[in-house]
Amino acid sequence: MVAQPKTVVVGGGLAGLMAVIKIAEAGIPCQLFSFVPVKRSHSVCAQGGINASVNTKGEGDSPQIHFYETVKGGDFLANQPPAKGMCEAAPGIVYLLDRMGVPFNRTPEGLLDFRGFGGTLFSRTAFAGATTGQQLLYALDEQVRRFEAEGLVEKFEYWEFLSVVRDGDGVCRGIVAQDLRTMEIRAFPADAVCLATGGNGVLFGKSTLSMVCTGSAASAAYQQGAIYANGEFIQVHPTAIPGEDKLRLMSESARAEGGRVWVPRDGKPWYFLEEKYPKYKNLVPRDIATREIYHVCRVLKLGVDGQDVVYLDLSHIPAETLDRKLGGILEIYEKFVGDDPRKVPMKVFPGVHYSMGGLWIDYEADGSGAIVAGSPRNHQTNIPGLFAAGEVDYEYHGANRLGANSLLSCFYGGMLAGPAMVNYTKGLERSCEAVAPSVFEAERKREAEACNRIYALGGTENPFVIHKELGEVMTDNVTVVRYNDKLQATDNAILAFMDRWKRIDINDAAKWANQAVSFTRQLWNMLEVARVITLGALRRDESRGAHYKPDFPERNDAQWLKTTLATWTPSGPEFRYAPVDISLLKPEARKY
Amino acid sequence: MAASTIELKIKRQDGPDAPPRWEEFSIPYRPKMNVISALMEVRRLPVTKDGKRTTPPVWDANCLEEVCGACTMIINGKVRQACSALIDQLTQPIALEPMTKFPLVRDLTVDRQRMFDALKRVHAWIPIDGTYNLGPGPRVDPNVQGVAYSLARCMTCGCCLEVCPQVTPTSAFVGAAAISQVRLFNLHPTGGMHAGERLEALMGEGGIVDCGNAQNCVHACPKEIPLTESIAAVGRQTTGHVLRRLFGR
Repeated sequence: MVAQPKTVVVGGGLAGLMAVIKIAEAGIPCQLFSFVPVKRSHSVCAQGGINASVNTKGEGDSPQIHFYETVKGGDFLANQPPAKGMCEAAPGIVYLLDRMGVPFNRTPEGLLDFRGFGGTLFSRTAFAGATTGQQLLYALDEQVRRFEAEGLVEKFEYWEFLSVVRDGDGVCRGIVAQDLRTMEIRAFPADAVCLATGGNGVLFGKSTLSMVCTGSAASAAYQQGAIYANGEFIQVHPTAIPGEDKLRLMSESARAEGGRVWVPRDGKPWYFLEEKYPKYKNLVPRDIATREIYHVCRVLKLGVDGQDVVYLDLSHIPAETLDRKLGGILEIYEKFVGDDPRKVPMKVFPGVHYSMGGLWIDYEADGSGAIVAGSPRNHQTNIPGLFAAGEVDYEYHGANRLGANSLLSCFYGGMLAGPAMVNYTKGLERSCEAVAPSVFEAERKREAEACNRIYALGGTENPFVIHKELGEVMTDNVTVVRYNDKLQATDNAILAFMDRWKRIDINDAAKWANQAVSFTRQLWNMLEVARVITLGALRRDESRGAHYKPDFPERNDAQWLKTTLATWTPSGPEFRYAPVDISLLKPEARKY
Repeated sequence: MAASTIELKIKRQDGPDAPPRWEEFSIPYRPKMNVISALMEVRRLPVTKDGKRTTPPVWDANCLEEVCGACTMIINGKVRQACSALIDQLTQPIALEPMTKFPLVRDLTVDRQRMFDALKRVHAWIPIDGTYNLGPGPRVDPNVQGVAYSLARCMTCGCCLEVCPQVTPTSAFVGAAAISQVRLFNLHPTGGMHAGERLEALMGEGGIVDCGNAQNCVHACPKEIPLTESIAAVGRQTTGHVLRRLFGR
């Protein structure tokens, strides 16, 4: 038993902040590391809402139905006990957020309002305008600031996680991080560490993700022995606004509030989703909507003006309703495109949005399939003492995530990870303080030398150019439609990028606030995970959720109802496959 | 007809104590570019207009959808987010400068920690009993929610501080953003139970009386938050609080 445990949480988005709150609430101090001030984390970009089957509209919704739709939406690849636990916890989570002061939209009676979303026919999504993620993040940021004022939380903002410190037994004993202003590299001992570092969309170049979402931290842990699971499952959101710097999300809530997707055909609007899916219409799950849009633009060549564009049309809905329920996203379209979506249809196209895969984590369920609250196994990676929560982990969503389940899984993950970390430290025989200082110094030195090598790279390649090219190759070949020959060619291209990486010149020798050093390090980490995604996709000869191969168009449960597990080796990822926990719901054909 | 190049002028400064300098860049024009994509282009080929190799410019950015507040800088003399600054709507050469009311870090990045410290000072949170399940929160009038939501969209970007004559690198004034947050939390049924402590926090040095009523803040706010209304409302609350304290009620 450790008398005064030390904890570290890396990442200040929803999952990380919730883990911090749970740790601080237990009276245990926590050091919180973030690349950006935590209030600017990527969670702010979530728009549409958070799912919870509260059934305030008398529709007969229940957490059990939410669970079933989540598993079906994920094409039966999600482990069922955690998904069930998440859906059952959801109403309590939304009530808690309500108590924290999130300005959720209200019914005339002053109750929480709920709207529909993809993959369901129920009104299950609580929302705050169309900037729900921002409002949720702020609520948690405020609670963490309260603990910071009480002295329980210490923030390290503008610090980059570089690696975990593992002792002689392989146990995680802390982290090494770099101050992005002074460039100092330092080791921080800790008894339990949680990575809540988000997704990796930036390795696709342009995506709906924020600039910090390179997946670098998860990749560093993977290169140190953490297992990376289901990497090949990448969600491409059906409706994003194409841009020069990024793809801006146009929330599914636009369709939930009545938005219609169409292209002109024979001089008339063709509502192809409504025609093909008369029950769910424009709210089929994202993987399906995205493939249909691809089909219309790329195969039928019916995109607007022959381009990779379809219309997302809100212009038939009263402007007052739109402003109240979707204000934030209409503003984005207006500001960045210059047209008023209350009057003209928006031009959108699918964009990389979310990684269902991520660091492998454990869970503990009892005989009935219920998650054991407080179990230190929950959210722990295969590296003892290293936990993961939020988009960085692989849990909950299987092969495709339902809309408005990501805020929920971040929150739920943090709620499980915090107590798991606390209880894990209680079971430790010796504290990180008792670990020889040389263990920390060795890891610090390894990172310091790696950093010096980046400064010393003396070639002609530009890291930002390599990143752009990586993004183009990945987007072309490893997103919506996948062919084995192209996947193999992509892996070859990644290997060539790795070779070019060694000939980079960062063009900046500054020992103060050097972004080029940090980006170059992250670029390598992106390349490592790009291989996990690409080779994982190459091996999985079936179609399931977001992973679609025209040459293998059917789901193949006999061979592939399995979790992909990638382990780093010097010569590339090594793959194993583990059974999926389907103890609660029997896999069935996924029809909408 | 759009120009085939974009002319950029960036105010560079290697660190807080280094002398500032201007560097000019000429980069290829593409339709629908914003200032961020122009900066990305410079980073891919960090060579000035006169052919001199330089370091890649340093700037803050994250969401690029104008909800995180990170990429705030001064663009052609106006403080705003670089992501929503569209090249086609800007006069060239486009001048980029760091904000001036915060300690400079490097080039276009500054340290806005004082804004987060201000949120701590004014207790900008709802003091919940705990994160265990205590059922739903209080019912809220949809109209009150509407006001709360408009205030809650503050992304701590710093535009309101940058344009405020009362805010200087050495002044203690908390600025409009934090005052507006006091209004937000006092508006909430639970937050309102602790309104007094937030008002107290705004009564000392650097508090609400330091507002000079210049009203620049409300015009600079990219989220159109009614900041001057907030300052007036919190001013009234503070007066009420003082009177209540005076007469022991």
